Amino acid sequence: MRMDVDLESLARAAADGDRQAFALLVERVYDRVYAYAVRLTGSCAEAEDLAQDLCTALPDKLHSFRGEARLTTWLYRITVNAARDRFRRRATYARATEGWGDWERARQADQAEQQARRDWLTQAMGTLSVELRETLALVLDGVSHAEAAQVLDVSEGTISWRISEAKKRLRALKAEEANAEVDE
Amino acid sequence: MTDPLDDLKDIFDEELPKPRADHRAETLTRAMARFDEKNSTVRQGTEAALRQTSERSPMGRLKGVLTMMMNWNTRTILTATTALAAVTLVAVLPVLNMAPRGSVPASGGGVLEMMSSEVPSPSMRTTASSDVLADSDFDVVDDGVAAEAAPLIAMDRVIASAPPAPAASPRPSATSSRKAPTGGSGALLGGGLTSHSAGNMGATQQIMLQPQLDAPQATTQDTEAFPEAEANPLKVTTEDPVSTFSIDVDTASWSILRNSLNRGMLPPKDSVRIEEMVNYFSYDYPAPADSAPFATHVGVTDSPWRDGTQIVQIGLQGALPAERPPMNLVFLIDTSGSMGQANKLPLLKQSFRLMLGQLTEADSVAIVTYAGSAGQVLEPTQATDRATILAALDRLSAGGSTAGHAGLQQAYDTAKQMSEDGEVSRVILATDGDFNVGISDPDGLKDYIARERESGTYLSVLGFGRGNLDDATMQALAQTGNGMAAYIDTLAEAQKVLVDQLTGALVPIADDVKIQVEWNPALVAEYRLIGYETRALKREDFNNDRVDAGEIGAGHQVTALYEITPVGSPARMTDPLRYASDTPSTTDSEELGFLRLRYKAPGEDTSQLIETPINADLAPLAQADWAMAIAGFGQILRGSDLIGDWSMGDAIALAQGARGEDPFGYRQEAITLMRLAESLSQ
Repeated sequence: MRMDVDLESLARAAADGDRQAFALLVERVYDRVYAYAVRLTGSCAEAEDLAQDLCTALPDKLHSFRGEARLTTWLYRITVNAARDRFRRRATYARATEGWGDWERARQADQAEQQARRDWLTQAMGTLSVELRETLALVLDGVSHAEAAQVLDVSEGTISWRISEAKKRLRALKAEEANAEVDE
Repeated sequence: MTDPLDDLKDIFDEELPKPRADHRAETLTRAMARFDEKNSTVRQGTEAALRQTSERSPMGRLKGVLTMMMNWNTRTILTATTALAAVTLVAVLPVLNMAPRGSVPASGGGVLEMMSSEVPSPSMRTTASSDVLADSDFDVVDDGVAAEAAPLIAMDRVIASAPPAPAASPRPSATSSRKAPTGGSGALLGGGLTSHSAGNMGATQQIMLQPQLDAPQATTQDTEAFPEAEANPLKVTTEDPVSTFSIDVDTASWSILRNSLNRGMLPPKDSVRIEEMVNYFSYDYPAPADSAPFATHVGVTDSPWRDGTQIVQIGLQGALPAERPPMNLVFLIDTSGSMGQANKLPLLKQSFRLMLGQLTEADSVAIVTYAGSAGQVLEPTQATDRATILAALDRLSAGGSTAGHAGLQQAYDTAKQMSEDGEVSRVILATDGDFNVGISDPDGLKDYIARERESGTYLSVLGFGRGNLDDATMQALAQTGNGMAAYIDTLAEAQKVLVDQLTGALVPIADDVKIQVEWNPALVAEYRLIGYETRALKREDFNNDRVDAGEIGAGHQVTALYEITPVGSPARMTDPLRYASDTPSTTDSEELGFLRLRYKAPGEDTSQLIETPINADLAPLAQADWAMAIAGFGQILRGSDLIGDWSMGDAIALAQGARGEDPFGYRQEAITLMRLAESLSQ
C-alpha cells in the first residue's frame, strides 16, 4: 500500500497546528512504522516500541519535513534512523544482527503449512545482514530503488546490488532446503 | 524458478502480525497529547498562526441553529423576554477544582521549551536543489528520534516560501446535522484538510476551495453549535436591585477555548463562557466548617479594568467527604463513525482507563453504546474487575451511522437496576456531538432527562473532538440532568476531570444551588454579573424549589464575579434620574448588598437558605487577581465594551503577577494561551 500523495498536505497542515490533520497523519505513520519495523526485526514488541517512539516524537519532527521532499521518503528516513538509533542504544541491536523474529513463537502453530512458511521466513531473514534487511524492508513495501537509495543515503547502484545479493542468498537457502529434502 | 523476493513478499503480506489495536490507540493518544502540548507552547508569533487570525463570525453560523436552540434553551428565551422585569441571566458552568490528588503530567510542562524550533525563518528557497536536499536529509538522518528538532531550525518552515494560504477555515466541512449524524471520519477529515492546506495544493483543490477562500472562516463549514447569550448588561441598582442565577460546574468552555487557540483560531465568541473559565482554576477558599455542604466566601477588591469600580467575588467551596459513597457509573458511548478519530474514541478509551484506577470494589461500571454497535456492551461490573472492563472497552469500535436505539433509556434503566440505597448513580454520555440517542425530539429528550433526574440518576456529558461538537446541547443536557459538561481534548484534561477531580465530578453534595444578590442602592449605583449568561434565573425562581438549578460536587469550587460602581464614583455610566428619586433614603448600612444562597441536600425536595451580608470593607478573596485576570481575558475574547481599553497585555500582566504556586501548570498554560490569543488578535 503506497502512501497517499495527500500525506504531504496532511503533514503541512499538521505542522501548522491542524489537529485533525495530525490525527490522520499519525495513524498512518503508526501503521507504516510498525510494518517496517516488523519486517526489519520480526519482533512485534520492538515494532510497537519503535512506532511509539516515532509517533510521540512526530509533533516535534514535523517541522523538519520540507515540503519539496516526498513525505514517504522523509518518513522512511526518520524511521530507518530511529530504528538504527534504537538498536544502537540498546542491546537489542546485537540480537537484531544475530537473528530475526520472535513473533511467530508466540503464536499457535495453527497449520503446518503456515508454520513452515513462517519458519522459512525466519530462517531466510536471519541469514541476511542488517543492511540487506533494511533494504528489503523498504523494497518489499513497494519503495522504488531510487527512493530507497535516498532513504538509506546510499547510491541506487548499492540498492540494486543489495537486492541481488539478497536474492542470491535466498536462492541458496532454497537450494539447501531442496537438497536436504532429497537427502532425507 | 520463482523470484525469492516475491515469495518473501507474499509471506510478509500474509503472515506478519497486525498492530495490536490497544497499543496503537494508546500510542496515537500519546502522540496527540504531545501534539497538543507542543502546539500550546509554540504557536505564538508564527506565520502559520498569524495567517489565521481573521475573526470567526459565530453569529452567522449560529443563525442556522437558532431555531433549535430556542427549543433547547427555553431558559434563555425566558430570560430574554423577561429581562426588563428583571433578573439576571446566566449561565454557565463549571469547574471542578479541588486540589488534585496524585501527580498530574503538567500540561503546561512544555512551555519552557517554547520557541526552540519556532523562530519563523522566512525561507528564501522556493526550490531545493538535489544538493540541498541531500545535505539536509543528512541532518535528518543524524537526528535521533528522541532528540528535539533543534538542528533543523534553518530548514524549518521551508514551506513558508509557498504562497501563504489564505485563512481558510480549518474546520471540517462536515455536512452532517444533528438529526443526520455524520457518515464517517473520512469525510470529516477530508474537509478539514483540504481547506487547511489550500495554499500548497494543486490546482484542482484550489478551485474546489475557492468559495471558502473568498469567505474565510465560512460560517457554514461546521456544525458546531454554541449557546447564544448576550453578555450580562449593566444594571442600575435603583431600577433592578436583585440579581439571581444558578451555579454550575462545567468546564467545557475552557477546553474548547484552549483547543481553538491551539489550532490558531480565536474561539467562537459564544463558546466563551467566563464563569467556566474562572471556575476552571482552583482558589484557596477555606473548607466549610462542621457538616455544612459548602462554605460561602465573599471578597471585595478594586476592578482592574475600570477606575472607580469594584469587583465583588463570591466563592463557594464544597466539602470534601472523607469517604466517598459508592458510585454506579453507566457510560453511554457514542460509537458512530465520526468517533473513530484519534482524539475521540481512542482518547475516550484512554481516559476511561485512567479513571478506572480511581474506582474501588464498591463501585460498579456498565457500558451502553449507541450507533453502530448496539446496546449494552458491558453488564454492571465491579470496578475492580479491570480485565472484563478493559476487554469490553477494547471491543468498542467506531462505525456505522447513528442507529435509532433507545440508548439513553437503556442507560438509565441500567443505572436504576444498579442503584442501591446510599449510592450515587450517574449516566455519563460521551460523544462528539451526535445526540441522536434514541429520542429524536429535542424537547422530548430534555423532558425525559428531567424526569429521570427525579429518580436520582444524574447525567454528565463528556465532549470529544471538534467539528461536530454540539456544545449547546451538551450544556443543555448536563444542565437538565443535574450533571456537568466537560470537554476532553487531551489526555491531560482527562486526567484533570476524571482522575484528579473524580469525586467532585461524580459525587454531588448539593443540588439546585441558586444565588441571589440584592444590591444596596445607597452604596451601589450600578452592577453587572460577569458571565453566567446562560444560567440566569428569574427573581421569583429563587424561592421556588421546583425550579431546577445547578448542582455542586464534592470539593467543587464555584466563583462568581460582580463589577459594581459605588454611588458617587466618577466611573458611573448612567446619569441619575432627574425626576425620580435615584437615591433612596440613605441608611447607615455598611452593606454593599446581601447574598442569599439556596441549595438542597441530594435527594431532598426542600431547599435550605444561607444568608451572608456583603460588607464594603471585606478583604479580597485569595487569588482574586487571578480570577479577575481570567474574567478579563474572557471579556476581551467576547468583545465586551464594558472594560474600556483594558487589553490582553493588561490581562497577561495581571495573570503573571497572580500565578502563585501553580503546582500542575494550569495557570502557566492559561498565560500561554492568553499570549497566543494576543498574537492572534493582532
